[in-house]
Amino acid sequence: MTRRHAALIVRTAILASLIALLEIGCRFGVIDTLTVLAPSDMVASMVDQIRSGELDASIATTFSTILIAFVLAILLGTAIGPLIHRFARLRDVADPLLASYYSVPTFIFYPLLVALLGLGKAPLVVLGILSAAPAVVISTLAGLDGVAPVLMKLARVHRLTPARTFMWIVLPAALPHLFTGFKLALSYALIGVIAGEFILSGTGLGYAISFAYQSFDNRAMYGVMLFVLLVAVIANGILYVWEGRLARRRSRG
Amino acid sequence: MSELSFDATQKLPARRHVRALDAVVLTLLMLALWQAIGSWTHGVAVSPPLQTLVYLAHLLGTAMFWDHAAATLEAFLLAFVLSALIGLVLGLIFGIRRFAGEVAEPILAGFYTIPKVTLYPVVLLLFGLGMSAKVAFGVMHGLVPMTLFTLGAVRNLPPVLLRTARVLRLSPGRTMRWVLVPACLPDIVNGLRLSFSLSLLGVLIGEMFSSQRGLGFLLVSGMAQNNVPLSTAVVTVIVMIAIAANTLMLRVGRRFARRSA
Repeated sequence: MTRRHAALIVRTAILASLIALLEIGCRFGVIDTLTVLAPSDMVASMVDQIRSGELDASIATTFSTILIAFVLAILLGTAIGPLIHRFARLRDVADPLLASYYSVPTFIFYPLLVALLGLGKAPLVVLGILSAAPAVVISTLAGLDGVAPVLMKLARVHRLTPARTFMWIVLPAALPHLFTGFKLALSYALIGVIAGEFILSGTGLGYAISFAYQSFDNRAMYGVMLFVLLVAVIANGILYVWEGRLARRRSRG
Repeated sequence: MSELSFDATQKLPARRHVRALDAVVLTLLMLALWQAIGSWTHGVAVSPPLQTLVYLAHLLGTAMFWDHAAATLEAFLLAFVLSALIGLVLGLIFGIRRFAGEVAEPILAGFYTIPKVTLYPVVLLLFGLGMSAKVAFGVMHGLVPMTLFTLGAVRNLPPVLLRTARVLRLSPGRTMRWVLVPACLPDIVNGLRLSFSLSLLGVLIGEMFSSQRGLGFLLVSGMAQNNVPLSTAVVTVIVMIAIAANTLMLRVGRRFARRSA
């Protein structure tokens, strides 16, 4: 416990001093402020843009797209996973596919999706699902595989109905894996959607960053960038801590 | 990153035949889907498989294509080699120095999950338009998985191996060369596999955003010029290369895993 705290303190100190160094470097002209903004300016720019409300539309578009993609990916993944688990023959076909799925840069399909579905929310949602759903399938499979045979025997001994077996035995046993899948799905959907907006789109936070870059508005660009990164880090951080708690509670038994 | 684990199932001949049949059926289904999308949209978004292959054959004969392919390959190879080497060394160091590892791991894991595209403009500002920005962006994608996989492998090593190295008074370099790397080889190959596909992704995204050369640029320009067969062909080439490389590394990884088991 103390070791973990010590690591946390050192980590915070390192990050804080890096930010401080950047600030000092920018203030004293060691770092060209045309290239990198001082952290305090980034924060100021972010706060300005949020207060003025000019980001409201982008925030709404981006996060609703991410949310739709995330929810659909989870529904799809948790539906397909058990199906593959149930049929060995399907499993034989699916395993190699899943194993090489993430080696393909799914993102290159995005231009085709735009041509197919038009510029808007639809191609971004599909891109988000394409990047997130397989992770959910993979972790659902891992969760179902991980249910100890003795637990299934226990269910049989107690003559549980399939529905009860699922509710009381399978789901609790598979939950940590499912959680990992959801965590990955969130960050993949986020990455996919924002990358799509960045490369080719007319709305959203990703677009706001690339637009600011293209119009040489570095201050606005760093502000939006900081906002996106903060949201991503906080969202992932919450899930990371939560997952750690789940795992520790489990190991305590 | 959760990985699939393959248990060594007995390969009965009958099952193998069924598998081969299923694989053929699956391939045909995918081609049919591709064809359906192609003809359903009258080829405005995706060109059908046969047409794409014909176009691809023609494309492979042009110097223009190889020029772009060479640009991507050069940036990618540089990014991949840099990610692999730096990631390996960092992973070994963080694995041995437990405390440093504990400090670094959440930072690296956090970096892995953020949308790195948003940082690409910064990379462009720092490195300028061109090869070095693409390479740097590729390394940003490929470095972290390599480091994390190596770190995990070293951390889970049986302590007796390191103690043996100490008893034999091996220098740090030799400990790495003769003990750590061989013992962690299966995980290192897995890290390489991930690092390969992610640094490729980084380079391609870089080319798609602002570049005048490379396959990513070719894909986007195919889109912009409404040249559907071109963009479909480029996607096909990239997908085929990615799957081939991944399959190869999966095989190698499994062979190492079996040997060390």
